[in-house]
Amino acid sequence: MQIDPTPPARAETRQPSLLKQRILVLLAHPSIDRSEVNRPLAVATGQVPGVTLVDLYAEYPTFQIDIDREQGRLADHDVIVFMHPLYWYSTPAILKEWQDLVLEHGFAYGRTGTALRGKLLFNALTAGGSEAAYRAEGYNHYTIRELLHPIEQTAMLCGMIYLPPFALFAARTAVEEGRVDGHVRDWIRLLEALRDGRCDLDAARRAPTLSHHLDLIIKPG
Amino acid sequence: MDSILFETFTYLCAAVIAVPIAQRLGLGSVLGYLIAGIVIGPLFGLVGAETETIRHVAEFGVVLMLFLVGLELQPQSLWAMRGRLLGLGGLQVLVSAALIAAAGLAIGLDWRLALAIGLIFSLSSTAIVLQTLSEKGLTKTDGGRASFSVLLFQDIAVIPMLALIPLLALPELSGETVNGHLPAAAGHGEAAHPASMSLVAGLPSWAHALVVLGAVSAVLLGGYFLSRPLFRFIADSRLREIFTASALLLVVGIALLMTLVDLSPALGTFLAGVVLANSEFRTELESDIEPFKGLLLGLFFITVGAGIDFGVLSADLVLILALTAGVILVKGLVLFALAGWFRLKPGDRWLFTLALAPAGEFGFVLLSFGQQNAVIAPELAKTLSLVVALSMLLTPALFLLYERLVLPRLRGGDEREPDQIEQPGTVIIAGVGRFGQIVNRMLLASSVRTVVLDHEAAILDMLRQLGIKAYYGDASRPDLLQAAGIAEASVFVVAIDDRERAVQMVEYVRRNYPHVQIIARAFDVNHLYLLKQAGADVAVRELFDTSTRVGSEVLRRLGLHPFKVEKMEQAFRRHDAAGLAKLYEVWDEHPDIARNRAYLARAREHGETLKEMMETDRLQLHDRSERGWTPPPKGYTDELGD
Repeated sequence: MQIDPTPPARAETRQPSLLKQRILVLLAHPSIDRSEVNRPLAVATGQVPGVTLVDLYAEYPTFQIDIDREQGRLADHDVIVFMHPLYWYSTPAILKEWQDLVLEHGFAYGRTGTALRGKLLFNALTAGGSEAAYRAEGYNHYTIRELLHPIEQTAMLCGMIYLPPFALFAARTAVEEGRVDGHVRDWIRLLEALRDGRCDLDAARRAPTLSHHLDLIIKPG
Repeated sequence: MDSILFETFTYLCAAVIAVPIAQRLGLGSVLGYLIAGIVIGPLFGLVGAETETIRHVAEFGVVLMLFLVGLELQPQSLWAMRGRLLGLGGLQVLVSAALIAAAGLAIGLDWRLALAIGLIFSLSSTAIVLQTLSEKGLTKTDGGRASFSVLLFQDIAVIPMLALIPLLALPELSGETVNGHLPAAAGHGEAAHPASMSLVAGLPSWAHALVVLGAVSAVLLGGYFLSRPLFRFIADSRLREIFTASALLLVVGIALLMTLVDLSPALGTFLAGVVLANSEFRTELESDIEPFKGLLLGLFFITVGAGIDFGVLSADLVLILALTAGVILVKGLVLFALAGWFRLKPGDRWLFTLALAPAGEFGFVLLSFGQQNAVIAPELAKTLSLVVALSMLLTPALFLLYERLVLPRLRGGDEREPDQIEQPGTVIIAGVGRFGQIVNRMLLASSVRTVVLDHEAAILDMLRQLGIKAYYGDASRPDLLQAAGIAEASVFVVAIDDRERAVQMVEYVRRNYPHVQIIARAFDVNHLYLLKQAGADVAVRELFDTSTRVGSEVLRRLGLHPFKVEKMEQAFRRHDAAGLAKLYEVWDEHPDIARNRAYLARAREHGETLKEMMETDRLQLHDRSERGWTPPPKGYTDELGD
């Protein structure tokens, strides 16, 4: 099982288009064929015009990440999304590897590292625990936003605008409870709004998650 | 001699012209042969009386075909179709024969004659139907399988029919026929063998049964136990024509044995085929017998066309057309009803009905046999054999009807097949020496279906003992690749020892089966380029990976950190891959590396960049192999706080 990546001809050539924001979704799921939520999410993502989907585990099965290619992709897009299941309150290993390799000094940060300035970054993640668990009184003790602070701080150091996550909680029972389709629909709605510049970024930055406050974030239009 | 050459020339010429045209027009090869026969026979009168004799020889093509059909059929699957074989086949023959006989009685025929005619017309054409099914890729459909069950049953049913017909002799005809003409071999190729050659003539029935049983078990046991060592012995001689000769010898021998005990040769060779279906020599046998079968069957179809007597036809045109239509209609109704009863889907039901409704070549055999035994008057036999020929001529036309009229309508219908789970296709591995074996093991462990070909009988023997499906044969031969199923394969792995043949194989498969992905093992860079040029999707040098692993092992033993060694190995591989791509451009202009100056110059140049890279690496720790884990410059934090 492999998620069809966006054909390079369409996605990776810069062309003057009417689309306001180009979106790059980096998918990291080490066993996509067993995935119940990330797979439909990724498949739907690949079909949105103006959105580039990269399946990192498919492209770099031995973790030999091509730094130049990845930096080129970052330069070509305005919105960067890490799409992944939450593994130990963080990303799967390949996304960490990707950060370690691609966000180089002199490219992403440092005096001359300005390539990512002003771009948006956020996580589209699925979490096993329910939302109640991600609270001070829950068994995870921290909110999802708090747990993602390392990524938020990474974004800040690179001069990027960090947004709260687009999250699905209690993901292991989402199929049984019929919550996947609605989640995918919301995701496409958000992607299209981001692409067409119909998002209130200030409202988005203040929200605890993107997924639960779409009506607040997306401007009518 | 002259006349033989002339006849051969005429037949070949007719086939060569008519068949490709028919194929191009979408009529199928069988109709092409039949039309060729009509043209050289009744239309232009180029061939004459000898067609009858030739037909008996050509009927051997049907025997060969059933052998091939048997080879494709594992004993298990034969057992699995027993219900249809007996139920569908038995009912088809009984009900069709009864209805046609009843119609005969209704128009006032003697009951004996009516019964004989019913039996004759209940049969269908194994040759035309099987050939057309496989040509149109319908063999594996449910309708195709059901048709095959019925045809097989008919082949068996001919034997009791031949026993029954002499009992139906009409007293008023008895005087005219040659008495004492014993029943010769049943089934196809019957008249080709003199009646005197029989082991069972004059034996009491219990002894007869014993001899028949003995012959069948000889075929089964011999096929199972003797054929393998025999074929291995012959295969080791590496003489291809001797293998072909022994394959033919096997089929002819079984046909002869069956004839001697009054059994159908087609049935005997079919059983032998089933017994050999699991053997490693299956594909080789298939590709050896295939051309003979094709030519003989073609010849057979031509003789059917040539045998149509336009004189008799035009004299009794209305009667013959009406009889033909009647036979097809009655049998069609029976078949359609049976297909419904046995729960065939609508599309398969139509295929089954249209394929089997016309009469078949057994009809000729039974007609001439009935004539000899004073059951059917010669004049009537002539008319009836025209009905058989005409309805056979219509078989391919009915297939066209199915394709053009039935299929399109069904597709538009509301009945939709459930989506099938996508299964990875077959992988063919040519050459299972030390290299191919590992590839095969890994694929099998991942539940991928593989077909393995090699010309070392000893290796194959060992593989088969390990339970691996492996077939004997020179994998560079196109026909063998075809028999192994290259047309349906997803990936083709070339792992043979012979460099040139490997390249030829890649070329051949790329040209003829563009959808198959080719992965080839290369011996060195030059071979890799040749394979790439020939059209391999991926060519891998057999020693490169292991060599770099040894290189890394040495570096680790020298005390370098394992992860650093890993990064160096990756850098080395990247550099090498880039070099391969760069050098290919110059190589392509002049493939003889030793004399290609541009190539040598560029190779030297690229070699130096490698050294440079490694040296830089050692001094500054800052090249591609280290990049990404290179620490930021000292004091970089000063500029971060803003």
